[in-house]
Amino acid sequence: MHKYIPKKRGVYPYLLLLPLLLALILIIFYPILYSVYLSFNHYVLTTPSEIGFSGIENYVKILGDEVFWRSLRRTGMWIFWTIGFELLFGLMIAWLLDRKFPGRGIVRSLVLLPWVFPSILTGLMWVWMLDDTYGIINDFLVKVRLIDSYIPWLSLAGTALYGIIAAQVWHGTPFFVIMILAAMQGIPKELYEAARIDGANKWQEYWYITWPHILPTVLITTLLRTIWTASYVEIIEIMTGGGPGESTLTLPVYAFRRAYSYLDFGYSAALSLALVGMLSGLVWAYLRMMKMSRVEIL
Amino acid sequence: MRIQAKRILSMVLLYLLLVLILLYVLFPYIWTFLCSVKPEPELFSKKIHYLPISPTIQNYVSLFGLTKFPRYFLNSLIIAFATTVLAVLISILAAYAFSRFRFPMRYLLMIIVLLTTMFPKILLIIPLFMIFRSLHLINTFAGLILAHSTFAIPFSVWMLTGFLETVPRDLELAALIDGCTRVQALLKIVIPLMLPGIAATAVYIFISSWNEYLYALIFTTTPSIRTLPVGLKMFVGKYEVSWGWLTAGGMVTSIPLVILFFLVQKHLIKGLTAGAVKQ
Repeated sequence: MHKYIPKKRGVYPYLLLLPLLLALILIIFYPILYSVYLSFNHYVLTTPSEIGFSGIENYVKILGDEVFWRSLRRTGMWIFWTIGFELLFGLMIAWLLDRKFPGRGIVRSLVLLPWVFPSILTGLMWVWMLDDTYGIINDFLVKVRLIDSYIPWLSLAGTALYGIIAAQVWHGTPFFVIMILAAMQGIPKELYEAARIDGANKWQEYWYITWPHILPTVLITTLLRTIWTASYVEIIEIMTGGGPGESTLTLPVYAFRRAYSYLDFGYSAALSLALVGMLSGLVWAYLRMMKMSRVEIL
Repeated sequence: MRIQAKRILSMVLLYLLLVLILLYVLFPYIWTFLCSVKPEPELFSKKIHYLPISPTIQNYVSLFGLTKFPRYFLNSLIIAFATTVLAVLISILAAYAFSRFRFPMRYLLMIIVLLTTMFPKILLIIPLFMIFRSLHLINTFAGLILAHSTFAIPFSVWMLTGFLETVPRDLELAALIDGCTRVQALLKIVIPLMLPGIAATAVYIFISSWNEYLYALIFTTTPSIRTLPVGLKMFVGKYEVSWGWLTAGGMVTSIPLVILFFLVQKHLIKGLTAGAVKQ
């Protein structure tokens, strides 16, 4: 039952964990506490004389901040479309790759390459491909007659967010493919053979065998990606910086802008903590799922 | 005969779909490359030529000769390498403790480590900036190395704990009975056995540091310390973008990652999926 090497209890494991704990305390836990402290302060670097404790003022300000509410709705759209497409593409690509064909190994590796492409480069290359004068996407869409003339995707309030979503979906899909494919490969092949003998067709096989087996993985991956995507700043910051106007300003980008452009650290910290508060439900669900399906290590 | 035809048809369909997917997945890579070997007039021509008419390596030559790119490359190399060494060391020790010992608070600590993979950077970046400023770590390699390693460590600990589970305990036990100390057992038996896993984790850490943008942007203000991602962003001016340099720089930035990825991909995928897939 107990596979570990029995040994008298001691400080040994804690010694091994010491460097990890020191790093986490210095670079993660202390900064989080500092953030909480900042969020209860009026803390604008440009007016140092006014810096001081302000109680829950920042949080009250959030409730009445229309930009916050709009950015929240935008964050919802950003998550919904990004995760939706990543999951859909992930399921389809994994389904295609989970079969035997010559060249399968190399195709599988190639499909994962967007994942290692730097996010800065992903953002900039999509800016270049979506360009309204030299962009290849406009060129292509005009050639197949989906649009009549070039569209400045990232400069229009109505399309900018979707331009970024396209880039992010490209970048994030491989993660879903890796996870789903690994789950599919863990399914015992006999199940399919038995189903075939019983006369099941491909869809029935997928629905009654594959889907129930990959469901936990799909849920865990979706939760994890949702948490990451919700708080993701880089690609939006790189492609539009939240603009035009505020049309791509998601909540974390708003918090970043508040700190970076306005040096309003107190309010920015409060915004970030509001984001964390809203994500904590998802984090709790994620931990529950991990606990259920990953008992061997825990 | 009809079954034969049907099989061929589905095979053709499969390959057609695969080609489409590969085109989609690789296109930004391909386009980056094609643009990087185009001379300026071709890059900025109203009529888009997919293939360069007169390919040139001029963009690469001037990238290395005229810009600070070589400096950025060196900085990134130093930071990513140091980050990898530091983070791998810390993660191995932690993973060994989690995998081979049962101690009070073990479960809680593992959950905490898992939890830290989910904290948004945006929450940490302002306080970290202030802490680093008071510790004089802004504009230093040490600051970025510290920030990058800590960011990569939690996930690495999980990956390595997973790999450690696959190393049989009997060998260690035998070594301990033969009078080896724990440290000797770790160094002589466990580490050699999980070397592929360590390599994969190292590549994961290297990639995440090499690609990191936000910390590198905020914690550096001088070009002499800038990393590749921030350096590439510098090619984007307010009114014009040097797409020749940017795409050439993009190729030079991403090729090392592609090579590293291919070297360890099998184990890397195993490590990544270990956290979410029931074994």
